[in-house]
Amino acid sequence: MAELNNEILLESLTGKFGELVKPVVEDYGMLTVETNRDTIIDLLRYIKTDAALQFIYLTDITAIQYPEQENPIGVIYHVHSLVHNVRIRIKVFLPAGDERIPSATELWNGANWMERETYDFFGVNFEGHPNLVRILNVDDMTVFPMRKEYPLEDPNRVDKKDFYFGR
Amino acid sequence: MQNFPSLNTNINTDTNLQSELSTLNLGPTHPATHGVFQNVLQMDGERIVSGVSTIGYIHRAFEKIAEHRPFYQITPLTDRLNYCSAPINNMGWHMTVEKLLKIQTPKRVDYLRVIIMELSRIADHIICNGVLGVDTGAFTGFLYMMEYREAIYEIYEEVCGSRLTTNVGRIGGFERNFNEIAFAKIKKFLVDFPKVLAEFESLFNRNRIFIDRTKGVAPVTAETALDYSWSGPILRATGVDYDVRAMNPYCSYEDFDFEVPVGTTGDVYDRFLVRNEEMKQSMRMIQQALDKIEKEDPTIFHADVPEFYLPPKEEVYNNMEALIYHFKIVMGEIETPVGEVYHAVEGTNGELGFYLVNDGGRSPYRLHFRRPSFINYSMYADMSRGMLLSDAIINMSSLNVIAGELDA
Repeated sequence: MAELNNEILLESLTGKFGELVKPVVEDYGMLTVETNRDTIIDLLRYIKTDAALQFIYLTDITAIQYPEQENPIGVIYHVHSLVHNVRIRIKVFLPAGDERIPSATELWNGANWMERETYDFFGVNFEGHPNLVRILNVDDMTVFPMRKEYPLEDPNRVDKKDFYFGR
Repeated sequence: MQNFPSLNTNINTDTNLQSELSTLNLGPTHPATHGVFQNVLQMDGERIVSGVSTIGYIHRAFEKIAEHRPFYQITPLTDRLNYCSAPINNMGWHMTVEKLLKIQTPKRVDYLRVIIMELSRIADHIICNGVLGVDTGAFTGFLYMMEYREAIYEIYEEVCGSRLTTNVGRIGGFERNFNEIAFAKIKKFLVDFPKVLAEFESLFNRNRIFIDRTKGVAPVTAETALDYSWSGPILRATGVDYDVRAMNPYCSYEDFDFEVPVGTTGDVYDRFLVRNEEMKQSMRMIQQALDKIEKEDPTIFHADVPEFYLPPKEEVYNNMEALIYHFKIVMGEIETPVGEVYHAVEGTNGELGFYLVNDGGRSPYRLHFRRPSFINYSMYADMSRGMLLSDAIINMSSLNVIAGELDA
């Protein structure tokens, strides 16, 4: 079997999906591609099941937010081909107020908690997820705390000092 | 794909007795759960019918805090992920930053790091396997081994001054060079520990009770383990030889001669054996690292990158340049490249990944930890179905779930 590298991988992806897969960058050796939410499950299924690629290991699902962008929330998948030892990063950017994306749990059970964590922190709605509830934060929390509109409390504020409370 | 028993299959319906399910709260602070997390179990007698895992009791918002801190101020956070093997987390983080900054560390630094990382792997496996013994009712093994975790902590103490959350690394290397006493302690450890490990193994490996309690308990096929994104010793126990050290060598692991122990059935007993073997391989690597260091310049303990390497304290107190650099580095005034980097190290529980997105600002734009305990534990409720409660406890201790890594 021919050695799989980023070039062949990208060729294979663009051959299959054409314009739907855009190479973003090849930073620090890892190929990063961007796609849309209608394609993502097909893309993941293709790279998982294709005999020449075999990206069978879902390393991680997480998200990132760029508030000033048109599509601010990006869901980021890291997938690893254990057979060829090649990793790929796939990004899907979602519009504000409509953070829907199909769940990858039909492909990997391991996606279950990763997607719950991403939902918990960024409010990404993974459609088809069997149990999309908060995992690390309390259930009655109303915000998605990793978004940039919820900044960390200023460490220099003084109104919470003990002496204001008679301690 | 392995089929876990579906709900309601194991309920006892064949007797005249009214069968009634009871709810059992295992945790959040139960002595048999190794940390603060809860499992709400539906029990039919001693058998688990279904379970729901609840975590997040010690969630400390690491990723959010990291977005507001310069690189060096993030290191104390990483130390507290897996507190049983803090140096691996710490150095994994520093290696991620080095990858971002494109810093090449000298060979001697890599070898010293390998020594510390493998020692902490041994320390973690000592806890895990020792406590697995305790959970099966055998306290002796734990007692014998615990002394040697102490010995490892003394080595840390000699290298960096602290024991548990060490903060031993720096960008580019170490804060100070290893002294003679540290090397002497490492060499003594290499002489003493194999005997104790052999004794430990002879206590357990052919122990009738231990085998009955662990063999065939919670077997997992390779396919299922990969489907749930398992990594580390519990994945290797199923027969998959995925080890980040061998597959994506970092920190000069490619220079070392070691084997990746794998199991066959993926049950609790196999996980125990794999961890024991890993300790032996770790000792082998430490010995090789000591031999390799002999050939290197003994004064080198960090890369020559004054703009990123935090100067040693005595320099800071006596040298104006060092003071300025110290201030600029700690306050995040140094320029860092824009980019995103994913770096994985083999933590004691599996692939510990750092996903760092940097926009050139004072602190990372986004930092995400791929925490092996979090991902490994996601199968627990599924695999507990149909299991006896006592087996589920043993299963949990063999997964080696560390609450700090689970919740982050």
